[in-house]
Amino acid sequence: MIQQERMIVVRQSEIAHHIFELTLQGQIVQEMNPGQFVHIRVSDSFEPLLRRPISIANIDKEAGEVTVIYRAEGRGTSILSTKQVGDEVDVLGPIGNGFPVEATPEKGTALLVGGGIGVPPLYELSKQLNARGVRTIHVFGFATENVTFYEDQFSTLGDTHFVTVDGTKGTKGFVTDLLEELNPEFDVFYSCGPLPMLRALENFYPDKPGYLSFEERMGCGIGACFACICKTTEQQEKDYVKVCSDGPVFPKGVVQL
Amino acid sequence: MSKLNIQLPGLELKNPIMPASGCFGFGREYAQLYDLSKLGAIMIKATTVEKRLGNPTPRVAETPAGMLNAIGLQNPGLDKVMSEELPWLERYDVPIIANVAGTLTEDYVEVARRISTAPNVKALELNISCPNVKHGGITFGTDPVIARELVEAVKAVSKVPVYVKLSPNVTNIVEIAQAVEIGGADGITMINTLVGMRLDERTGKPVIANGTGGLSGPAVKPVAIRMVYEVYKAVEIPIIGMGGVTNAQDVIDFMSAGASAVAVGTANFVDHFVCPNIIEELPAKLEALGVTHIKEIIGRSHR
Repeated sequence: MIQQERMIVVRQSEIAHHIFELTLQGQIVQEMNPGQFVHIRVSDSFEPLLRRPISIANIDKEAGEVTVIYRAEGRGTSILSTKQVGDEVDVLGPIGNGFPVEATPEKGTALLVGGGIGVPPLYELSKQLNARGVRTIHVFGFATENVTFYEDQFSTLGDTHFVTVDGTKGTKGFVTDLLEELNPEFDVFYSCGPLPMLRALENFYPDKPGYLSFEERMGCGIGACFACICKTTEQQEKDYVKVCSDGPVFPKGVVQL
Repeated sequence: MSKLNIQLPGLELKNPIMPASGCFGFGREYAQLYDLSKLGAIMIKATTVEKRLGNPTPRVAETPAGMLNAIGLQNPGLDKVMSEELPWLERYDVPIIANVAGTLTEDYVEVARRISTAPNVKALELNISCPNVKHGGITFGTDPVIARELVEAVKAVSKVPVYVKLSPNVTNIVEIAQAVEIGGADGITMINTLVGMRLDERTGKPVIANGTGGLSGPAVKPVAIRMVYEVYKAVEIPIIGMGGVTNAQDVIDFMSAGASAVAVGTANFVDHFVCPNIIEELPAKLEALGVTHIKEIIGRSHR
């Protein structure tokens, strides 16, 4: 159930260039699943006005803490990055349908492919997959070395490969270049990242089940305003889906790429 | 005794607060958050004869203390609204104001004729002010003669009172308000969004795929207040005011300027509980003003 809560900042740090890791404490953590997101109001004033949808990177139900990782690039996220320990943040969530952990059979293998700031939600997903005995392979693409993060965290969960556009870390190129080289054996793939990456991945693995997480500019975040619409493929009954409330994760083949 | 109930043509409002059309879908999403029966009324999303898929994305862009949108009247079409959305809303004790949109006069007439027969639709809101569609919409709302003729045509078929939603994108809004009053409108709702544009810092091109979008949010409130103030002086029919309402004080302001009730739009995206919160805050606000019933403040700017 979606709730609105004033959560408390328990940690915040810059973990890569303009990339922040923010941990918040509150009741709504108990409802969270991997792949869902929170809709954060960064200021109690009207400037900036709208909430920011940010994916959930880590869920700690025992401590009642959720961690989000975001790029402080625009006005809203820059304000969010100034929040100090003890500050209150207005959070609406958890929102949307996340990654289906159970889609990968126990003892099976999952391929997790992320691009840039699309990598964070794959962390909680990987943890939960590993918890049910699934082997995970992580393939992540970034623009350059100084915006990469969580290499150690992912490495403890499974094989982790980085690729950068400029070659400053890992292989040079895109995730599909690396996938071609690695040719991994797996049962299901999960992905979050820019549209060209999702498109490439869908074409790359036509015979494998896959789940893709999308992003789009949002208004309300709960499905009422019709801002974050994606067209669906011809096989679908509905003409469109809403990224916020129908997604953000869809089985491959649902959204027109 | 309620201090907040308001009577308007076709509408027995428990309180003068209602979500504005396009900001609340058909209520299902917000019903997950609170009891919709708390609301004075609900202005449902614009309905057209055929379903509409709306504009390409991006459809929204944030602006200082506001936002632009160009959704493009996406809706499931009259049949689905009649067979699925309106019956679903019957579980709530709340009057529905159906926003009616179209491309041609015949479209408006067809939607009005049928949707006004739904048991919970207590009034229509004629959308002659949508800035985000290529045909219809705003073209009906910027010419007083065309606006009046459309109102006459819709009034001839509607089973419930007809309110007309005015566009602020005109030189003289009073002229349009008077024209729709002559055409037989039972009330006015105002204002729709102001046409605006935001450019991408890097490319210099519009952020919204449609190019232009409608500006809403706190940034437009002074424009809306001024227009309600002017129209109140010029017409006899009641006004439902809107434009940047975020709290109980904004409601007091709109009603002081001449609105009999107030709609809340963009603020629903920021504080998803804003409507019930305002309803809860209003009695204390009235007490501070020494007012026993909210209707006493309607038009007080002019007294």
